[in-house]
Amino acid sequence: MTDTIVAAPITRRQQIVQAPIRHRGRRRVVDATMTGILAAVMIACVAVLLWVLGYVASIGLQFLGPEFLTQTPPGNPADAGGGFVNGIIGSVEIVGIATAIAVPLGMSAAVLIVEYGGRLARWVSFLTDVLVGVPTIVTGAFVYAIWVTQFGFSGLAGAVALALVMLPLVIRSTAEMLRLVPAELREASLALGVTKARTITSIVLPTARTGVITGVMLAVARAMGETAPLLLTALGNDLFTEVNPTHRMSTLSLQIFGSAITGYKAAQARAWAGALTLIAIVLIATIVARLASRRTFTSGR
Amino acid sequence: MTTPEPTNVPVKIRTVVTERAPSDISGLENETIDAALPGRTGSRVEIRDLSAFYGSHLAVTGVNLIVEPTEVTALIGPSGCGKSTVLRCVNGMHLNTPTGRVQGQVLIDDINILGKGVDPVLVRRNVGMVFQRPNPFPTMSIYDNVVAGLRLGRRGRRTSEYDDIVEVSLTRAGLWPEVKDRLKAAGSSLSGGQQQRLCIARALAVEPRVLLMDEPCSALDPISTLVIEDLIAELKASYTIIIVTHNMQQAARVSDTTAFLTVPGLGQAGALVEIGPTSRIFSNPNEKATEDYITGKVG
Repeated sequence: MTDTIVAAPITRRQQIVQAPIRHRGRRRVVDATMTGILAAVMIACVAVLLWVLGYVASIGLQFLGPEFLTQTPPGNPADAGGGFVNGIIGSVEIVGIATAIAVPLGMSAAVLIVEYGGRLARWVSFLTDVLVGVPTIVTGAFVYAIWVTQFGFSGLAGAVALALVMLPLVIRSTAEMLRLVPAELREASLALGVTKARTITSIVLPTARTGVITGVMLAVARAMGETAPLLLTALGNDLFTEVNPTHRMSTLSLQIFGSAITGYKAAQARAWAGALTLIAIVLIATIVARLASRRTFTSGR
Repeated sequence: MTTPEPTNVPVKIRTVVTERAPSDISGLENETIDAALPGRTGSRVEIRDLSAFYGSHLAVTGVNLIVEPTEVTALIGPSGCGKSTVLRCVNGMHLNTPTGRVQGQVLIDDINILGKGVDPVLVRRNVGMVFQRPNPFPTMSIYDNVVAGLRLGRRGRRTSEYDDIVEVSLTRAGLWPEVKDRLKAAGSSLSGGQQQRLCIARALAVEPRVLLMDEPCSALDPISTLVIEDLIAELKASYTIIIVTHNMQQAARVSDTTAFLTVPGLGQAGALVEIGPTSRIFSNPNEKATEDYITGKVG
């Protein structure tokens, strides 16, 4: 008499318990594959960024020196040497004025859209979406038509054009950040007998501060690199360093553009150095803004 | 229906504020401060025929209840019965929601705070609120959280008084010993229970007459809950307290009066079923619906 071994029927409970184990191998493979794909995509993105930065830096650094940061371009673009100091001053000044115009307006519009709502807010929101889609050369042409034809080319006209470019970006990013502030914080403040206006300025905006500053810096970086609207407004001025914004001014972006299309080796070298300077200014501004936006607690007093 | 039309006099509310002298903070040197303020009581709250709407949707209707000063009234009922909405009408917060509308009256010391011409800011200076989830201001320190209502509300207190107000308020909220050495730390660095007591301290610092609590313990652990329930028992001598709670044991423990609200079905309007002394509501309710709810048959 031999023992016969009969396999016990698999119960439903065993099936359930075993089910995840059966797929364990497949899930491991999927997990590893997906992790690999995501890592590859990330490396590709960072690599492109580093390539651009490295390429600009490797060429730009050859020509970037104290002379470049302190002198204006030589009278003859074919000559070597000289620098973009007028463009650096012009860029910082024009973008600074544009920021001073766009940030208060943009933040006010975002507060209107998110905190107050209503018909006007919906219109502002809609127009913002339209404005963000306007090509910047059109913005430049618009400022040319209504301003430059009356008062001539000037840094101020350039700043207005750049402010129009920055405005929708500031409104959109600020509005997004304000929406992230929990409604409970607003209610907590109102429940203490604080007015709505004070709640917005003292609770909502400080809570959203970090995100708002990041959005503003993105708009600043965008404005720093804009060339098209400045061609029709600030025009450029490579003869001397101009600091008066009511006169035509040069900016780094204009000088990079102008030098790059000349065909002279020396001018193109200055364009590379200018490109590197532009990246450096944006980077420094972003880092400074990040440090400034670090959350600090107002003292007890 | 023959009650005289209450006058809407926001100015009267303002005088109530100024009447309160800084003498509330006398006797600070004695380390132990009673949560209660001697010689000071809360306001009488009366809700008359209140209906609250969200847009055209009637959320809760026909609410009549009277809350005497120095009493704790609990609002209980299943989800969606409108008890939070009723609570939010008492400080006008319901009107702050985009589509919020009300009918009826909420009288605080005989002033209809839902009437025309009443400044909600002045109302809320007298009616504090503690929310379901602790919500300290994340950009502010513990100290600044407590004085936020005074500082942002321009309440005419000198900043030299703030130190005392912070100590008194945190002591009343039972948080002072735990935070007195780190008042400059972020309010959000505290534990959930501590944050909720910070929020209570913040509400007390502006010295309201009425304190509304919207499920103040639902996000807290049992020990923090106990601390806050003890606190409610101490605060009721000086503040009229209305508390919304899902926890019937809590209602039984902390309240003197219980109001039961229910909602007949999804999307329908909630209504007040029964109100009475807590002991009677929980032992011998008049209405079948109340009995079913508190014995756990429904809800």
